[in-house]
Amino acid sequence: MREIRSQTETVDALVCLIKQVKKAYSNEQPLVVGIRTGGAWIASRICDQLHWDEPATLDISLYRDDFETSGLKRSGTTDRMPKQLNGEPILLIDDVLFTGRTIRAAINVLFDYGRPGRIDLGILFDRGGRELPIEPNFLGESLGEKGVGRCKLVGPEPLALMIPDSE
Amino acid sequence: MHGPAALQLTPDGRIRHLLTTEGLPKSLIIELLDTAETFLSSQGQPVKKVPLLRGKTVVNLFFENSTRTRTTFDIAAHRLSADVVTLDIRTSSASKGETLFDTLKNLEAMQADLFVVRHSAGGAPFFIADRVTPNIAVINAGDGTHAHPTQALLDLMTIRKHKGDPAQLSVAIIGDLKHSRVARSLIHGLRGMGCPDIRAIGPGTLLPGDLEHLAVRPFHRIEDGLKDVDVVVLLRLQKERMTSALLPSEREFFNLYGMTESRLHLAKDNAIVMHPGPINRGVEIENEVADGPQAVILDQVTNGIAIRMAVMAMTLSAQKNDQS
Repeated sequence: MREIRSQTETVDALVCLIKQVKKAYSNEQPLVVGIRTGGAWIASRICDQLHWDEPATLDISLYRDDFETSGLKRSGTTDRMPKQLNGEPILLIDDVLFTGRTIRAAINVLFDYGRPGRIDLGILFDRGGRELPIEPNFLGESLGEKGVGRCKLVGPEPLALMIPDSE
Repeated sequence: MHGPAALQLTPDGRIRHLLTTEGLPKSLIIELLDTAETFLSSQGQPVKKVPLLRGKTVVNLFFENSTRTRTTFDIAAHRLSADVVTLDIRTSSASKGETLFDTLKNLEAMQADLFVVRHSAGGAPFFIADRVTPNIAVINAGDGTHAHPTQALLDLMTIRKHKGDPAQLSVAIIGDLKHSRVARSLIHGLRGMGCPDIRAIGPGTLLPGDLEHLAVRPFHRIEDGLKDVDVVVLLRLQKERMTSALLPSEREFFNLYGMTESRLHLAKDNAIVMHPGPINRGVEIENEVADGPQAVILDQVTNGIAIRMAVMAMTLSAQKNDQS
């Protein structure tokens, strides 16, 4: 695997993301929801830093839109979510934003748990290439419009952004 | 690999039909159980439906009576957002003289994606799987006295959840094993998972002759067979067997093999009691056990939905990828 962002650079992006989140939520604590698996790591770091409650986690594999072409991609994890959402503000967290399809799926899952009051999106790295009208409210680092190609956050300790050898 | 086991797998070893647990590799059983666990968590949401199989058509082909199994397959398909059509074949085509093959071709022409088949003749789902066009998955929902693989998988899921890896457990199956596709499929599934101690308990008339080949130890006295087991699986005593001189009476069966609290003490302290349902209280099981803390019978029902969702998603997934 080749490194795109080192441990230090990844932490810098995380610090930048946390700063924005802290400022936006100075008066209230949202329900932080991390998308498995990278998003859940980032969500944990945010909650630790801001002394918030443990984050919830979502597994979006059953809500993907590529079953027809790629079949079932099960992550082997399960959701850790409150039983029912009743209008609470949600801060949805993922590690890398690309087409926006994962976020679309995650929003669908959230609505199957009830009615969120508001959903904000926090992203560690944005690699461009959007195919849906989805943009982050809080962003650690933009990797540029041209994009960096396929990449993957490795972790949870230490965190770094890598290009996988092959898939 | 040849025969039935080969028919249900793709060349690269994924499951394209589920016909039997016989010869199903351990890795695939574990993948099915793990996938079912994922679906189980989606069943805790206020909206229990996931969009995975949106636009797919599942056809329930029930050539034999069944309410319970059919309902769980219905619910599983609906919760995957598939469209479901249930054909009660007994009252339709077959009674008008159409052959099974022609019925199939008609359903294929209606662009079905998955057949759930129950038939009183052993092997019928194999016949169908062997002849359907390649993009249709077939799930065996019970064929004759031969196999009932989804029941076996939900039993394995329940065992694993409550007692851990079957490779460390002793399991006793009690009752009419001879006519039970549930027992046969569970034995194959347990063997596949490496279960070292499978016991069959029942009168000689109700135990099959090939138990030794399956590495199952037969016991005629329940007091001997139950000793120190982790899992007790009761089978439904089918009333129609009573008339065929295999058993004297229900009361007699309960006296000899019924699961009572005092007999359950012979098993390990925290042993679980399972039953595929519907239970006959006072025949296979007394109220105190059926409603007691060691019974996991209703948990089996819940797991049954998740297992059927997993089987549908995995078979259709393999069909799709096999096309490319």
